Amino acid sequence: MKAALARLGSATLDSVGTLGRAALLLLRILEGQAEVARKPRLLLEQLFSVGVLTVLIVAVSGLFVGMVLSLQGYYVLSQFAAESTLGVMVAASLLRELGPVVTALLFAGRAGSALTAEIGLMKATEQLSGLEMMAVDPVRRVLAPRFLAGFLAMPLLAVLFSTLGVLGGWFVGVGLLGVDDGTWWGQMQARIDWSEDLGNGVVKSLVFGFVCTWIAVFRGYDCVPTSAGVSRATTRTVVHASLAVLGLDFVLTALMFR
Amino acid sequence: MEIAVGAFVAAGFVALFFLAMQVSNLGALDTSETYEVTARFDNIGSLKVKAPVTMAGVEVGRVSGIGFDQERYQAVVTLAIYERYDRIPDDTFAKILTAGLLGEQYVGLDPGGSETYLEQGDEIEITQSAMVLEEVIGQFIFGKAKEE
Repeated sequence: MKAALARLGSATLDSVGTLGRAALLLLRILEGQAEVARKPRLLLEQLFSVGVLTVLIVAVSGLFVGMVLSLQGYYVLSQFAAESTLGVMVAASLLRELGPVVTALLFAGRAGSALTAEIGLMKATEQLSGLEMMAVDPVRRVLAPRFLAGFLAMPLLAVLFSTLGVLGGWFVGVGLLGVDDGTWWGQMQARIDWSEDLGNGVVKSLVFGFVCTWIAVFRGYDCVPTSAGVSRATTRTVVHASLAVLGLDFVLTALMFR
Repeated sequence: MEIAVGAFVAAGFVALFFLAMQVSNLGALDTSETYEVTARFDNIGSLKVKAPVTMAGVEVGRVSGIGFDQERYQAVVTLAIYERYDRIPDDTFAKILTAGLLGEQYVGLDPGGSETYLEQGDEIEITQSAMVLEEVIGQFIFGKAKEE
């Protein structure tokens, strides 16, 4: 009984301590952005590894999600003879929710885990300590560019996802299922608001990018510097980032779409 | 590698532009100058700010404000009409209509025959309030009961 309580207490203290270390690391990363501005090459390399390499999975997923959404939506809407609103349904779902959230989950899985593994291995092979010996701050040189790259790449990826989703939905709805082309685009343009739907979706993707990259970078920097530690940290990144994204999505949706 | 990153960022912006113009209503946004007229209604139903104002089915403006007059207990709706529609007679009839059966409400204008036109600050005198579904149903039931 006492042992269980003691374990609960130490687990809580551990979690709170981790949160504190994560917050302090975030402060150092934000301070280090000034250095990234002076060395854009670092940012460029990270944008490639975090952004460009994630495009394929995001694009293909977006296309198929849009197609499935259109297919399923058609079957439900045709029961109410409301096929003309299929375009609105697909676009609203993608722009408001699926675009930012699914992209963030894919990002956490592909780019987040890559970031954690890379930084964790750097820590395990003592490269970060080596940089410190040379009077180079590893947070500024290694973590800050990756953080900024993730933050910038997420909204771009989310928008690509939504666009391909809408196009995939159009292909299925208008091309395969026979919804009228003019109705599809016309209804969509009338009902989808640029600031409420698109703008809120972009804001969400910015928040998700911030959180996912922060978790990925922190887990890598904070991991136990052994191979088991690195793999544990990588798994934790994906799980925690995904949960954070879904939780934040609910909070943001409640705030944005009253 | 620079090319790949550049292409990625460019593709992102193109996608954003596509979404803004083709998917959302930014492409149809009208930012022309407007002049404001008011209209009083006994009941505005579920009319909201930014609802369209139409004449002959064509959008000629937007609802820019909804207020309440505590003296006469009426709703005061401010309509922002686009400047280019400056020949609306001042005895125009304003009604609140519903798009479809249960859709959103908008203001429809029926032209009168006057030679003078509406200007900034004028008031539309003749108005018809929104149809409230419950009242219509109530009247129908009351009428039926009366028959029996």
